[in-house]
Amino acid sequence: MKNLKMGIAAILLLAVSFTNAQEKEKKDHDHGAMKMDHGKMMSQNSDAKAEIILSDYFNLKDALVGDDTKKAAQMGTKLVASFKTFDKASYTKEQQEALADIIEDATEHAEHISESAIDHQREHFKILSKDVADMVAITGTKNKLYQQFCPMYDKGSAWLSTSSEVRNPYYGSKMLKCGKVQKEISN
Amino acid sequence: MRIVKIIVIVLLVAFVGIQFIPTTRNQSETVPQSDFMQVHRVPEAIQEKLQTSCYDCHSNNTQYPWYNKIQPVAWFLEDHIKEGKAELNFNEWDSLSSRRKASKLRSIIKQIESGEMPLDSYTIIHKDAEFSEEEAENMINWITRLKDSL
Repeated sequence: MKNLKMGIAAILLLAVSFTNAQEKEKKDHDHGAMKMDHGKMMSQNSDAKAEIILSDYFNLKDALVGDDTKKAAQMGTKLVASFKTFDKASYTKEQQEALADIIEDATEHAEHISESAIDHQREHFKILSKDVADMVAITGTKNKLYQQFCPMYDKGSAWLSTSSEVRNPYYGSKMLKCGKVQKEISN
Repeated sequence: MRIVKIIVIVLLVAFVGIQFIPTTRNQSETVPQSDFMQVHRVPEAIQEKLQTSCYDCHSNNTQYPWYNKIQPVAWFLEDHIKEGKAELNFNEWDSLSSRRKASKLRSIIKQIESGEMPLDSYTIIHKDAEFSEEEAENMINWITRLKDSL
């Protein structure tokens, strides 16, 4: 028994010294480089792609209004895919840069929404809403949209809706009608 | 007794064996220009707190304590660092656009507010990484101001 103990101690010591020796070699830096592939080059119908993103966004919003975490998560995943297929080709260089920035940010928030509890989903939805609004400012949309605003959530938070009727995605059933229409978006 | 002995020996052999599997060390001697603290004027107390509480997993340089060089602890840690850096790397802060910076700052605030970061599995060993109430408040206030000034 005593021998065994000594053996363990010796091996431990050995292990520690080996790992210390290993430490000399250090490598680093694989920062998941930006992955940016934008689907295949389709016809110039980038608007259609933006409409898909918007429709996913509205489904996500409705899921949050309905306090439905699972559905919201699914829509988050769907959004990530839709952002990926967005085609910037028909926009000016400046617009493309802005769109790339918006989409990178929005994708991250959509990813978080796809894997979080409802509180987190709502936090990310707030910034996602800003990203989507900025995207619409560039791409335009065929539908009339309403930007709505809830002064209570996180010092005031906005979202987009296709209806002028307020249904609050930040509080859901707790405060379904809290908020007001801030502005109308159409073009 | 015999069987116990055999099991112990097998485990020991395995334990020693895995020590030889090389791991990637997250270490770097240089702090790039794009580092958060190079880009912004960060008060000293905030700098220190960021360094002790965040930089181990959110930068290219981890301060490894000795036990983190032993497998399987090292693997567990490596995974966390990889994930942490993918989410946010303070060393590469300036490569982010203003939009992305604002997003990240907002997330940092939320994570500290909710106590999700630093991770419990980290603070259980790194006691000094924990945020006292006052430290959390100072950090959140400062980051909020930075976010609003972007």
